[in-house]
Order: sequence, then C-alpha cells, then structure tokens
Amino acid sequence: MRICLHILALLPAVWLMFQGWLLYDFQDNMLTANPIKYIHHYTGEWAIRFILLCLAITPIRQIMKWNGVMKYRRMIGLYGFFYVGLHLLNFVVLDYYFDWATILKEIIKRPAITFGMIGVVLLLPLAITSTRGWIRRLGKNWGTLHRMIYLIGILAVIHNIMMVKADLLVPFVHMLILILLLGYRFVVFAGCAKVCHSHTNQR
Amino acid sequence: MFMQDSARIGAGAAAMAVLGGGALTASPAKAGQHLENIMRGGPYDTVERQTSYKAITNYNNFYEFGTGKDDPARYAHSLKPRPWTVKVDGHVDHPGDYDLDDLIRPHALQERIYRMRCVEAWSMVIPWVGIPLSDIIRKLSPTSKAKYIRFETLVDKKQMPGQKRNVIHWPYTEGLRMDEAMNPLTLMAVGLYGETLPNQNGAPLRLVVPWKYGFKGIKSIVRISFVSRMPENSWRRLASQEYGFYANVNPHVAHPRWTQANERRIGEFRRRDTLMFNGYGDEVAHMYSGMNLKKYF
Repeated sequence: MRICLHILALLPAVWLMFQGWLLYDFQDNMLTANPIKYIHHYTGEWAIRFILLCLAITPIRQIMKWNGVMKYRRMIGLYGFFYVGLHLLNFVVLDYYFDWATILKEIIKRPAITFGMIGVVLLLPLAITSTRGWIRRLGKNWGTLHRMIYLIGILAVIHNIMMVKADLLVPFVHMLILILLLGYRFVVFAGCAKVCHSHTNQR
Repeated sequence: MFMQDSARIGAGAAAMAVLGGGALTASPAKAGQHLENIMRGGPYDTVERQTSYKAITNYNNFYEFGTGKDDPARYAHSLKPRPWTVKVDGHVDHPGDYDLDDLIRPHALQERIYRMRCVEAWSMVIPWVGIPLSDIIRKLSPTSKAKYIRFETLVDKKQMPGQKRNVIHWPYTEGLRMDEAMNPLTLMAVGLYGETLPNQNGAPLRLVVPWKYGFKGIKSIVRISFVSRMPENSWRRLASQEYGFYANVNPHVAHPRWTQANERRIGEFRRRDTLMFNGYGDEVAHMYSGMNLKKYF
C-alpha cells in the first residue's frame, strides 16, 4: 500500500520529467510551446491537490472510521511539500534564472506571489518537524504547530485564484473542497461540545 | 464536404479572373493553403528569428475554443472560415454585409514579420500575411464622426464550443482609436507563414497591432463598426484595473499580478527585456505624446 502510494504520488513528477526529456529530444511542443509556464501550472496544481488531500485525511478517518489512513498523512503532506518545492524551484531557476532582484521585487509587489511565498515559508517548518524525533520532542506543541496547514491551504487557494486570468473553474473547485474540509472541522469542533456529545451519549 | 470546398475555391478563382487581378489567386478556404503574390520585405519587418509554425499554431489564447493554451489547436476545426461575412456599420459611407473575399480582393497581400507580445509576458516573432487596415478603412470611407473603430468576433456555440461557458462576455470585442487603426503598422491578417490563417490563429480575418498586447489582436472578425465613442474591449470589461483600452506594450507599467518589464520569447530560455511599444516606438510613439501612459495603460 505504502509503495503503491509512493508510486502514485511520484507519477505526476515522473510524467513531467518524461515529457521534459521528450522535449529535450527535439520533440518541440511537448509541455506546450512555453514549457516553463506549463511546468509552473503543473507543479502548482499538484501541490494544491496534495495539500487538500492531506487536509482530507482527518475527515476520511472520522467519517469512514478508518484509523489506518493516518499512517499515510505525513507522506501525503511531504509530497505536497515536494510539489511546492518544484513549483518554487521552477519560479526561481527556470523562470527567473536566479535574478534575485526581480524575484524579490515580484514577491513583495505582487500580492498573489506574496501569499504563495508566505505559504511556502510556513510549510517549511512543518516539513522539517514531520519526523518521529521532532514529533516526540515537540509533544503537544506538534499538533498546534501543524494546525498551520489550515492557513497554508487557505493561502494556497487564494494564490491560485489570484493568479488566474479569467477561467476560475478549477481554482473555485479547489476553494470548494477547502471550504468543505475546513468547514467539516469547524462543525465538528463547534458541535462536539454540545450537539455531537449529547448525540453520542444518547446512542 | 471536399466537393463543396473545391467548388467554392473554383468559384473564388473565377470571380478573381473576372475582376482581373488582385492578390489572391484562390479563395483561402482552408487553413494551410498557400497564398500567392505576397509582397515581402517591407520596412517594418524584424530580422529576429521567427517562432516555429508549430509553436505559433499550438500555443494560443482563443477562449472561444477553451482556456487551455492547446485548446484552440485541438478544437478550432469546428470553425468554418468560408463563406464569411463581415458586417460594416456605424459612421461610414459604405456600410453593409461584405463577403470577406470582396473585402480583401481589392488589396495586395503583404507579409509583415512582427514581434507579438502577449500580456502574459511571453512573445513570438510571427510572419503574418495581410492587408494594412488603413487600406480597408479608406475604401469603406468613414465619416468625420468616426473617432474609433470597434471589432467583434463571431458568436456561435456550435462553431466555437468554448462559448458554452461564459468565461468572458461574448462576443469578444476590441477597439482602436482612429489614428491607431490608420497607422501603417496595423494589419488585418489573413495568413501566416505564407499560408491562410489556421482556425486557431483567428481565421479567416484577425487584427494585428504589434505595439500592443496580444489581446488587442481580435480574431475571427465578423463586424467592423465606426463609432464616435471609445468602445468597450473584452478584457477591460472583465478586469479594468488590469487591462486597459490602449494596452500598449509598456515595460514601466506592471500588470497588478506580474511585471511587464521582461518577457520570455517562445523557444528561448532566459527572459529578455520588454521594449517600450514592443520596439515600435519610432512608428507609434508620436500618437501618444503628452498622454499619461501610466493612467491610460
């Protein structure tokens, strides 16, 4: 199961590299005529998908009563980080080729990019502290720290919506999924004290 | 289908013979059809490396066929570029519904190798084939009330499946100030790389305004109106804080979401600096002297 998941999670990256290799091999128009922009959208899409999937683990566990799903949460989160990393790397290396002055200016001046960058910065400590050692060391604080993923999810979706020119269908689907996933938590959180509790008691 | 097409071409050629000349030896009914008697080597051509035909015809913003860059190449086959009627109206001496061939035929085709700068910060070099818009306008003879010219793209959900979703308001509209329309750079394109326009590039008739962002280059035009007031253009209507009426290429005025100071030439790796008026300042800057281009972007 774990290996299957790894393969599935890496598939988009492998597919991208394969197409990139075809492109290099004189198959122009692989990854469209503007491969750097294509890679940018592609990695960004998959980053958001994994972040949303990561946020879906808890609801899946509770609704489907499947505790086993929890052991895949870290992995899915880290793949989210992986695709975010590729997305950022593409921005810095391929798109602006280490033109730090322009990159910095873009991060500061363009709100959409600012939001995206904040998300990346916040995601970094989560990725670092995802190891067993850090979980032990941080104890209770670990959970608090990792609740930041809610904010990261929101930032990612805002970044996504703001970057699109006109066709907001896909970003809105992302937003809807995010609202459902965060809304679920809110309902559980708000309801648990009163309704949920008395409900389970009655049963 | 084939029979119909060849019959149409035949009729076009016959009409040409009757009228005794002109640039087209055959009506350009299908994309990729060779165009004859093109005048080449004009003063406005760039000598920069031309973008590949494949890239020009597979990387398009033409939302009438979908919002993906490769959607137009994939879905534009449903567009029928012949027969094609262009409605001319407004403040003009010769309004009417013109068959496209009648509109084009009196003029000699010219090749124009222009830079094309998209508002999304990528660019191409495209060898267009067309007619200066000024030639067409002179023939139509607008009145003194005509201060602007307005263009409209076809609306037909069957031919343009992307119009089933209201991503932007249909029909796509664009406009130019009269002096911009009369500028010798402004071209009505009917072809590229010496062949008729492929559907995804705006067949059978599109506007090319090389000193402006690509979205000004309205495609598959069915209506030309001479108007007294500044017409609305689609992208400005959608987001007026991001896209203006003038939309002159300007490295000093950023799009709110990205810089316009540089661009990626399709086929190149490193970004290059964007030029004021896309490098056509000598030909067009005089039209905007005294204008605040930060305000009228």
